[in-house]
Amino acid sequence: MWHTKFWTSTIKMQRQGANLAGRLWSLAATRTSPWTQAKHVSPAIIFASRPMSTSTAIMEEGMGSGRSLLLDDTAEQFKESVRHFSQENIAPHAAAIDHNNSFPTDVNLWKLMGDFNLHGITVPEEFGGLGLGYLYHCIAMEEISRASGAVALSYGAHSNLCINQLVRNGTQAQKEKYLPKLISGEHIGALAMSEPNSGSDVVSMKCRAGKVEGGYVLNGNKMWCTNGPKANTLIVYVKTDVHAGAHGITAFIIEKGMEGFSTAQKLDKLGMRGSDTCELVFENCFVSNDQILGQEGKGVYVMMSGLDLERLVLAAGPLGLMQACLDVVLPYVRERQQFGKPIGEFQLMQGKLADMYTKMQASRAFVYSVARMCDAGHADRKDCASVILFSAENATQMALQAIQCLGGNGYVNEYPTGRLLRDAKLYEIGAGTSEIRRMLIGRELFKEG
Amino acid sequence: MKIMVAVKRVIDYAVKIRVKADKSGVETTNVKMAMNPFCEIALEEALRLREAGHAKEVVVVSMGGPQCAETLRTGLAMGADRAIHVSTTELLHPLTVAKLLRGLAESEKPNMLLLGKQAIDDDANQTGQMIAGLLHWPQGTFASKVAMEKGSDSVVVEREVDGGLESLKLQLPAVITADLRLNQPRYATLPNIMKAKKKPISQVTPEQLGVKISRDLEIVEVIEPPKRKAGVMVASVDELLDKLKNEARVI
Repeated sequence: MWHTKFWTSTIKMQRQGANLAGRLWSLAATRTSPWTQAKHVSPAIIFASRPMSTSTAIMEEGMGSGRSLLLDDTAEQFKESVRHFSQENIAPHAAAIDHNNSFPTDVNLWKLMGDFNLHGITVPEEFGGLGLGYLYHCIAMEEISRASGAVALSYGAHSNLCINQLVRNGTQAQKEKYLPKLISGEHIGALAMSEPNSGSDVVSMKCRAGKVEGGYVLNGNKMWCTNGPKANTLIVYVKTDVHAGAHGITAFIIEKGMEGFSTAQKLDKLGMRGSDTCELVFENCFVSNDQILGQEGKGVYVMMSGLDLERLVLAAGPLGLMQACLDVVLPYVRERQQFGKPIGEFQLMQGKLADMYTKMQASRAFVYSVARMCDAGHADRKDCASVILFSAENATQMALQAIQCLGGNGYVNEYPTGRLLRDAKLYEIGAGTSEIRRMLIGRELFKEG
Repeated sequence: MKIMVAVKRVIDYAVKIRVKADKSGVETTNVKMAMNPFCEIALEEALRLREAGHAKEVVVVSMGGPQCAETLRTGLAMGADRAIHVSTTELLHPLTVAKLLRGLAESEKPNMLLLGKQAIDDDANQTGQMIAGLLHWPQGTFASKVAMEKGSDSVVVEREVDGGLESLKLQLPAVITADLRLNQPRYATLPNIMKAKKKPISQVTPEQLGVKISRDLEIVEVIEPPKRKAGVMVASVDELLDKLKNEARVI
């Protein structure tokens, strides 16, 4: 009898955000994808009706015993916790974020992530962070990416490119001023280095800062700035000496609303839609001396060392997308029947699954290993480049295979596989293209050899 | 005040359940396990009562094999102060669990026993009621709200009943079982996961609690629910009415 009561009274429920049961209820009620069909009415089904991770919960690295192949117990528990958070708070918005090319307006995902202290993983505790390392940051990046590639990219730009650069290079005063609001999610952070005519050859940047009394005047444009349209705090690399090449670059902290600083139209991208990207415009923007991040003329060191860690943390993005591919594919091949049996029973399909899983696990192992090396203080430029080269290319190939597994359905936008492919492709371009990464790795190997 | 919360380790709610080939039960090998969601809600309520200053200590209890320690760790990471693991590899049914809980309640002397209203694996919905009966404590089952006044020796439990809401005032010590809408459980944060590693989990055996585990129930067979049949198209309203009246017998 209580079943009836349960179903009817749940409809009246009005709760927001991280409501486990409510969230699941609404999913169970609204989604009708083939793998969410409730077969019997029991409270278990209310909890069991998430479209995500039905079977993945089985094949996930940890397995049932709680022991993990790649992570220790604490890290595994943290991953589990971020997974729950992301699946309940972020995943339900993923399709709409992609479709509308913007974050939801009824909930503040930045704030929710901040409440969970996901922004401050690598920030010392004295500034309100967790005081942990890159392995944990990668884990968070992976699980958020599994829920939504776009949210994860914005999260990465905010928590690593902006926050972690402030932590590594900022003065005590700068950290005290900017970190608390960035960590809580009240403020959004960004970083800008590329320009319309300066992408892979980033050192050729034209944006310049002329010395004036008490500071500098910035002029020029920055392109493809993730979080640009919304960011309150931006780290921007400009030339303070146009004749000194790489050694004329200086990093500045720019605040939204500074006179002479504006953002142009939000870009209409192939994937990572909703992770806002735009051009930054500087027209005689005055910036005082205390806004310099690091030292004048030393920006290239800030930039290049930051890029190594950026590549590492962003390499966890493709991990999440690969897991998301399996989250869709595994239930599908069990449900979808052709020639009278589930397509997952065909060896060609099983071979595909095996290759997908192997690529994902190899990428995971590589990312976690390099993260551990960085945590131990050994950030190696070629490893940071190769880890994202490997995981990004694997993710794109895996997303293509995910589409193939779903056949006609995979080609339809009602299924998330197309979005996963479009999101994955970004990682072969952002934070240095695959070509630049190969060049870096080869050059380092040649130098060392 | 001390609150004891019983938590059960069940198959994760996100896992698709598969029945074993020999129909003896459901497949649990290599399947992800988690804390029963209703137990999570019960624990959350206990933590909130402690945070509001009504309780000093929250003790979390689980029963079963060595893996139960993992579920208890989750409870400690959510914020429980310490954990008790009743270690046994025997199959436990509600009456046995209630007897074991009685043993614990007698030694721990909690002022409140909080449980999930039922576990999502066997859906028994019996343990809370049975332990209240065994201890002769008042019970507030299916709680959708728990309210306490400072220093009071009673608790007001709101229950969702068919006709509306029922409020019960219970004299402590009491048993409360949590319904779905009681609260929204928290996520374990990383600092709390770390802290949980240092919190104690004590082990007891059923023998120490003076309970002999008897097999009072036998599972004869576990089968999958029948598959839902495909719908049919009807040609006219008359045919629809006819089917509703004579086939489905709903009007």
